[in-house]
Amino acid sequence: MTTHHSLAAEGLSLGYGDRTVIDSLDLVVPPGRITAIVGANACGKSTLLRSMSRLLAPRTGRVVLDGKEVHRMPARQLARTLGLLPQSPVAPEGIIVGDLVGRGRHPHQGMFSRWNAEDDAAVAAALETTGTTPLADRAMDELSGGQRQRVWIAMALAQHTDILLLDEPTTFLDASHQVEVLDLLTDLNQARGTTVVMVLHDLNLAARYADHILALAEGRLHASGPPAEVLSEDTVRAVFGLDSRIIEDPVSGRPLMLPIGRHHVRPPQAASSAGR
Amino acid sequence: MSADTLTQPPAVRAVSRGRARRALRRRTVAAVLTLLVVAVFTVSLMAGDTFYPLDDVLRVVRGEQVPGASFTVGRLRLPRAVLAVVAGFSFGLAGVTFQTMLRNPLASPDVIGISSGASAAAAVAIVTLSLDETQVSVLAVVAALVVALLVYLLAFKDGVVGIRLILIGIGISAMLDSVISYVLSQAAEWDLQEATRWLTGSLNNAAWKETLPALVALAVLGPVLLAQARSLSAMQLGDDTASALGVRTERTRITVIVAAVVLIAFATAAAGPIAFVAFLSGPIAARLVGPGGSLLMPAGLVGSLLVLVADFAGQNALGTRLPVGVVTGVLGAPYLIYLIVRTNRTGGSL
Repeated sequence: MTTHHSLAAEGLSLGYGDRTVIDSLDLVVPPGRITAIVGANACGKSTLLRSMSRLLAPRTGRVVLDGKEVHRMPARQLARTLGLLPQSPVAPEGIIVGDLVGRGRHPHQGMFSRWNAEDDAAVAAALETTGTTPLADRAMDELSGGQRQRVWIAMALAQHTDILLLDEPTTFLDASHQVEVLDLLTDLNQARGTTVVMVLHDLNLAARYADHILALAEGRLHASGPPAEVLSEDTVRAVFGLDSRIIEDPVSGRPLMLPIGRHHVRPPQAASSAGR
Repeated sequence: MSADTLTQPPAVRAVSRGRARRALRRRTVAAVLTLLVVAVFTVSLMAGDTFYPLDDVLRVVRGEQVPGASFTVGRLRLPRAVLAVVAGFSFGLAGVTFQTMLRNPLASPDVIGISSGASAAAAVAIVTLSLDETQVSVLAVVAALVVALLVYLLAFKDGVVGIRLILIGIGISAMLDSVISYVLSQAAEWDLQEATRWLTGSLNNAAWKETLPALVALAVLGPVLLAQARSLSAMQLGDDTASALGVRTERTRITVIVAAVVLIAFATAAAGPIAFVAFLSGPIAARLVGPGGSLLMPAGLVGSLLVLVADFAGQNALGTRLPVGVVTGVLGAPYLIYLIVRTNRTGGSL
């Protein structure tokens, strides 16, 4: 299918102003798999993703794609290999879905080259994959939140990159649309071998859909690996500062995290008798 | 193309058909606007206090001597009409690039003080310092760049927010307008022609020595801006998305701002800050071409047409001779009010 690219961070430190957000972090993104970055609010998840797509220059260290430092690669060349869907992209007023998806073709077009049949085919395929073909001639303003998110993903697909980074692609979506978007990304990963890296705030959806989890805590990589290895009660405590129980998800067989708060928790003896 | 269309799957065909339909509309609008510009341009060479037939006009343009027409058309009407086209195109093009980049129709260079900066500098250079055309243009360019930088720096606070930049720009603009009034009031000879030119814009002083620098600036910087059209379209999706699509956002922004500001400055040094042309052309072009495509070329054409028509109407249609800026001002002010009201309601975007 696709040639697999290697994406890694080496001794990466990131920050804004005086604040250090990520501190000398090393990680490797497994090629051709789905990776989820999880962690508490403001732990640097989005910052890390932004730096991996060269939106933020590293203080020290580097992000390496196929042995080359991404911050030194030509912008257009990088954009043909690595795509990013930011958390809140802006749709110009009145823009038609087909045109918006077509803007994903930007890195494939020269300054004066005309739009060609290959571009049309890429847009049509992206619309089809995301189930937005019937919306192609509609204005973006008329769509629901779930439809809009699918159109944005279609734009990223039209970019035809082997690596796709997404910053919280399920935010603002209801449960069914969240599952729909994650199913779609899994389809893409399975059909095309696209390497998917996404920031997810829902730990259980991450455990369900990701092959590989990167758990960040206070700017460092606390744990990484398959969900079954990474997701433990200790990890949840370290990363989110939350007590929890991990059980086997009866639907997927993957780990499922049940948070333990101050309310609505059975007294210990009842819980232990349930465990017997 | 047709063989291609037959072999394409229906989904691809639907996509390419929708895109072709919108592209056709854009091309039609551009063609019609170009025709209108040529038509009004030609009429404005023929008509006036004395009417000259098309034949005479063409002979003058070819460089032949035609009694009467050689002076009236060649020395008066031609540089004036060319300046109308050039200044209109410059204002329209520069205006829409600002509006697109800052994602706000109020962020036009004539609203945020850049035109006023160029105008104030030109007024000082001509009225107070009696400099020649080249020096006037240079001073106007420097002043416009300084004002642009000043507005940007004053609006900068953890990044630039559109609405703060606009409000600061309006304030600076008002200050610069008072500078113009002061300079004019101190002039040795009070000249109404000069006053209207620097306050609202006028083509009454148009001669080749004013028109040529503006023409050269447009010939050089117009292509620079038009080449950025695709990057600007990507930047409408936000800086992060644009970067992810391979656009060098900072470089594009600097190129576009400098080119647009210099273009505005040259046009202003020649014709004054013709009221609201930069501000109106983009939104009018957007209504005409519909969503999706780049507005740069259509907005430039709308700008040329606006100035040509407004100047022609001001000269011939209204009994008294009005400077072009007065006519465009009458057109633009209600739209400005409408936009401010709407921005108040919706937060506003182009």
